[in-house]
Amino acid sequence: MNKKRIIFIVFVLLLLLHQDCWNWDNANLVFGFMPVGLFYHACYSLIAALFWGLVMKFAWPSELEEWAEGGPDSSEGGAK
Amino acid sequence: MTTVVVIAIYLGLLLALALFSKTLFRGTSKDYFVASHSIGPFMLLMSVFGTTMTAFALVGSTGKAFERGIGTYGLMASSSGLIHAACFLLIGIKLWAIGKRYGYVTQIQYFRARFETKAFGYLLFPILVLLVIPYLLIGIIGAGKTIAGVTGTKLKPNGDVIAPGVFPEWTDNGAIPPWFTGLVISAVVLTYIFAGGSRAAAWANTFQTLVFMVMGILAFYLISDRLGGLEAAIDKAKDTHTVRTLSEGGEVGTSKWTFFSYMFIPLSVGMFPHLFQHWLTAKSAKSFKLTVVAHPICIMIVWVPCVLIGTWATGLFPSDIPSGAILAKTVGKLVGNPIIVGLVTAGILAAIMSSLDSQFLCLGTMFTNDIVLHRAKKKYTDKQTLFMARSFIVAIVLITYVCALLLYEKSVFDLAIWCFSGFAALTPLVIAALYWKRATKMGAYACVIAVTLSWLTFFAMSGFGGEYFVLGGIVPAAIMWLIGAAAMIIGSLLSSPPSEKTLAKFF
Repeated sequence: MNKKRIIFIVFVLLLLLHQDCWNWDNANLVFGFMPVGLFYHACYSLIAALFWGLVMKFAWPSELEEWAEGGPDSSEGGAK
Repeated sequence: MTTVVVIAIYLGLLLALALFSKTLFRGTSKDYFVASHSIGPFMLLMSVFGTTMTAFALVGSTGKAFERGIGTYGLMASSSGLIHAACFLLIGIKLWAIGKRYGYVTQIQYFRARFETKAFGYLLFPILVLLVIPYLLIGIIGAGKTIAGVTGTKLKPNGDVIAPGVFPEWTDNGAIPPWFTGLVISAVVLTYIFAGGSRAAAWANTFQTLVFMVMGILAFYLISDRLGGLEAAIDKAKDTHTVRTLSEGGEVGTSKWTFFSYMFIPLSVGMFPHLFQHWLTAKSAKSFKLTVVAHPICIMIVWVPCVLIGTWATGLFPSDIPSGAILAKTVGKLVGNPIIVGLVTAGILAAIMSSLDSQFLCLGTMFTNDIVLHRAKKKYTDKQTLFMARSFIVAIVLITYVCALLLYEKSVFDLAIWCFSGFAALTPLVIAALYWKRATKMGAYACVIAVTLSWLTFFAMSGFGGEYFVLGGIVPAAIMWLIGAAAMIIGSLLSSPPSEKTLAKFF
């Protein structure tokens, strides 16, 4: 399985995990002060950061950089 | 009065920083608009994050948590951590590459070339301006509500006065009136962007983003401390607000359909004109790496304390208090030291101004490049170009200022959602332009027109900026996105494919 496909599958999985139906009515507190529904989504933010960190490390689009740097014409647009 | 002096000193410091950045200004219009591609990874992160986190993040999230509870975080913050970063990676970096190769500065320049139509810019420009205005509005409204909340008379629940307002001779409750706050905030932001352009905005954004993050954490600590600690603070919150269960009348909690469909709203970053400009001012594509990874964490650092403060406040204030005033009232009531109140309020204003500057600047850039200079037969000097950009910015600020006074009672969170919804619904345009060879100008026109009509319809149905759902809880952004995507696909398939030359250029 190639990198892009793995990233896509993990991304879809994260989209599904965002809908944490099982926490909807859960009034428990984590560490005595953090409602479970909020704690879950705070952890979700950290996992999202970790996921994107791994994507940056293993699937950085370096070919796009090369394409951009090797452009023949950079004067077509630009602030006039 | 001490609080007001601290805020005034902060605004003075900000202007001093802008004047310093002016010494680095090269005097050219290109340097003014894109800072000559000299912004590194840290400043890019601070600029992008500071621009995205406006009054919506601090004032709006606290107010929404006060209204609906902890579900507010999942609605926008955690989903943004995933979706924003995806947009930065899939849309931002690709656009950076195209901009770098062909020298584009604005979205419109790119779309004109990609869809082989000059006229498209004249359709898209007013729509982008129309959608940016609610974003500007929430900044000015949020600042007015914050300053009014901090400087007004503080009352006990039984109506006894804790502390009188700062200017009792000025207004009934002694608060600084919103018209004055709006005027000062607009003047400060205009001064520093006029002084140094995008470089001043980037410096000011970095400074202000650090200020509002530090002050947010300080406010959180002090408020929780005054409530007796974190555990005592959450004990004060209403039970209905520590879960997402939808109340019988639907006023508290979140429906599952709403929660799901809100995932469409963070897509808006893919079409924000000011973010596009930030992408173009990056030194290299690698500058984006830090932004992509750190953005979800920065959102969490700001939003978790705000949502908790809003939830705690449900046990402190009656539910009929305007949600936009909750953060300021909580800070004013619980953080007794006027210097600290001033610093925290400065932090809130920092978040607001760090968004306004980029948007003002971006509108000026689009106006000069996409409307005035596009097809201009006359050669304008740099001085003339800057004058036109600044004049347009002043006109937009005046319109926004008047609208802010008229719509002052509207919810900051809901107005922001309308702005984000419009931009989110336009993302099929940029996604198709970047990744679908078959996308044509007919599809582009159909997409923009369909989105605009549906946005105007839903916006009017909401009572011009209120909370609004369709089909049992779905946000209009999801419906509009599907309409935009369908229009893009149908319009493209019904017309001839783009020329080989265009395809070779962009794919």
